[in-house]
Amino acid sequence: MTQAPTVLDVDRLIDDRRIRILVCCGSGGVGKTTTAAAIGLRAAERGRRVVVLTVDPARRLAQSMGLTSLDNTPRPVPGVQAGSAGSLHAMMLDMKRTFDEIVEAHADPDRAAQILANPFYQSLSSSFAGTQEYMAMEKLGQLRRAEEWDLIVVDTPPSRSALDFLDAPQRLARFLDGRLLRLLIAPAKVGGRAYMRVLNAGFGVVTGVLTKILGTQVLRDVQTFVSALDTMFGGFRERADYTYQLLRAPGTAFLVVAAPEPDALREASYFVERLDEERMPLAGLILNRVQRPPAAHLSAARSVAAAETLEAGAPAAYPLAIAALRLHAERMQQAAVQRRVAEHFTAAHPLVPVAEVPAQPDDIHDLDGLRRIGEAFAAVNGSE
Amino acid sequence: MATRDTDWDGVRLHVVTGKGGTGKTTVAGALALALASGGKKVLLMEVEGRQGIAQLFDVPPLPYAERRIAVAPASPSGPGIQGGQGGDVYALVADAESALVEYLEMFYSLRHAGTALTKLGVMDFATTIAPGLRDVLLTGKAAEAVRRKDSGRGRAYDAVVMDAPPTGRIGRFLNVTAEVSGLAKVGPIRGHADTVQSVIRSPQTAVHFVTVLEEMPVQETLDGIAELRALDGIRPGGVIVNMARPLALADDELAAAAEGMLDTGQLALGLKAAGLDDVPALTAGLATELCEQAGTALAQDVQLQRLADAGQPCYTLPWIPHGMDLAGLYRLAAALRSQGAA
Repeated sequence: MTQAPTVLDVDRLIDDRRIRILVCCGSGGVGKTTTAAAIGLRAAERGRRVVVLTVDPARRLAQSMGLTSLDNTPRPVPGVQAGSAGSLHAMMLDMKRTFDEIVEAHADPDRAAQILANPFYQSLSSSFAGTQEYMAMEKLGQLRRAEEWDLIVVDTPPSRSALDFLDAPQRLARFLDGRLLRLLIAPAKVGGRAYMRVLNAGFGVVTGVLTKILGTQVLRDVQTFVSALDTMFGGFRERADYTYQLLRAPGTAFLVVAAPEPDALREASYFVERLDEERMPLAGLILNRVQRPPAAHLSAARSVAAAETLEAGAPAAYPLAIAALRLHAERMQQAAVQRRVAEHFTAAHPLVPVAEVPAQPDDIHDLDGLRRIGEAFAAVNGSE
Repeated sequence: MATRDTDWDGVRLHVVTGKGGTGKTTVAGALALALASGGKKVLLMEVEGRQGIAQLFDVPPLPYAERRIAVAPASPSGPGIQGGQGGDVYALVADAESALVEYLEMFYSLRHAGTALTKLGVMDFATTIAPGLRDVLLTGKAAEAVRRKDSGRGRAYDAVVMDAPPTGRIGRFLNVTAEVSGLAKVGPIRGHADTVQSVIRSPQTAVHFVTVLEEMPVQETLDGIAELRALDGIRPGGVIVNMARPLALADDELAAAAEGMLDTGQLALGLKAAGLDDVPALTAGLATELCEQAGTALAQDVQLQRLADAGQPCYTLPWIPHGMDLAGLYRLAAALRSQGAA
């Protein structure tokens, strides 16, 4: 026997004024950005002052919200039917710019210029895999502190694993604040005499190997970067910790986004378990692209059998019916596979509420499309 | 053994990229099977640590070691009842940390340095923090497998298929020289990167794009192709359209259905002739399904045309309605072969 999951009531979630941050997580390609935009739009049209923060370089949100560019500043979204109470802004994270701003805020102008010009910093701020997550968290913290919006919807970076959003900022902060970097610039500064010898020995190996791998010039860039950054030590860790705590605070809820496919739901499972360990508040699972054939009472097997009967007679006689029956059989098969995969998830996580969004026949590229998705959330709730 | 021409004769490193959710790993697996059929030896490489290959081929999680995971079908044109000999697909899950340890051992005999360095966070630093190094190590491993010699047979592998990072990151991933030269103008890593580039920027390498016929993945594919063309010497390969669901309708019927103008009388007659009950309700339901799908099919034709206009060879793989499994994978491999992709 399989247990049906509780239905996630998205409207109640977005109407709850205590909720100030909604984080949409999930692996790539599951419709995360679209979900974040649809939720933001629906919340705005239900009277919330919303900002949607997207970190996806493909600029999909920009397209679906009719904006030509998103540039690290929240821009009002035109065409929102929000009345006087609600509003919708959207922004796309520019991670390098966000990083630059932190540097400028924490270092005096000379030192800031020195850091910004450093080749190692330039690589770190524009292409390190964890920088995007760290800066997304940083931006989230800034938006929250600005107090201009009463709901922030965050679309997390398109990483291979949903967990990266939680782990990467800490990893980067640990690195920037870490012992390793201090070792590289001034081994003598660290610690008491007891482990000095160990550290010095370690230091020799470390610099030796790093020189071998990277060459002296890279190491020199890193060392210059680190010594220029010296005044900011502690700052990175603190900021990452602040945002991490924000994610655990009562005003935050996580939505895990997935498609009814094994890979996506496996990632969703990992994430749900992790949130639980971290005591971070999970609101539920949004399951996109659910196949719901209108003629669901005709089974795949009977549909195929009927198509075969017609083909065995005079195939040319009923091409339309044959095409319709074949298509229906495929859709029923797909629906069955999806249901099985979703049931696996619910069996493992029976308490996680689920909102299903039916597969959309067309791509979403405008506000009407986003509105339809939002209505699907409501319909899920209404049908129970 | 009979050989036949394929579109990618001479290519030995097949880099497979695609937007998330398009079935990149599945297609990479199918391509490896297709390339291995007829007695070839192919290495299928994973670089993003998801264990996607193990799940696809239904084997336990794979280590950082080359393991045989599947036997490819024999060539149908060969001799014998089984049509000649089958081939072998090996798999390797490459991660940057293991690749770095291997690299240190190979070039500096630093056999035991790995553990100590891991403890100090150096491995973390070197593989995830130092930009570009990770990509150099992973592409380096692929280039090494392509170049590797085997005493008996000449080359260790006939082909290497890499399940590469997604389309949005593929240019940066492959263009390691540019990434590294900003950092390391001289030094061993630079030398290593240059060797890797001699493989990647050569006719031996092709970058295939996996997509589905939706607007965003197609746009990313076109952007990706343009990006590679702008990177001197990195060759875009084929465009592989995955999960295609053609509708068996004549053009005029398709157009009518997409407009919602389906001949429901004709449909009802057919359903009745098939002996189904409750024909009116069924007709309404199936007509809705058909009209929706017709709209999708027309939109897909537009996307297919955009892909064709990009000028790279296109291949189409069928959608597997019962979910992807080994049988489905072999079907996709056969489809790739019949279309000349392998």
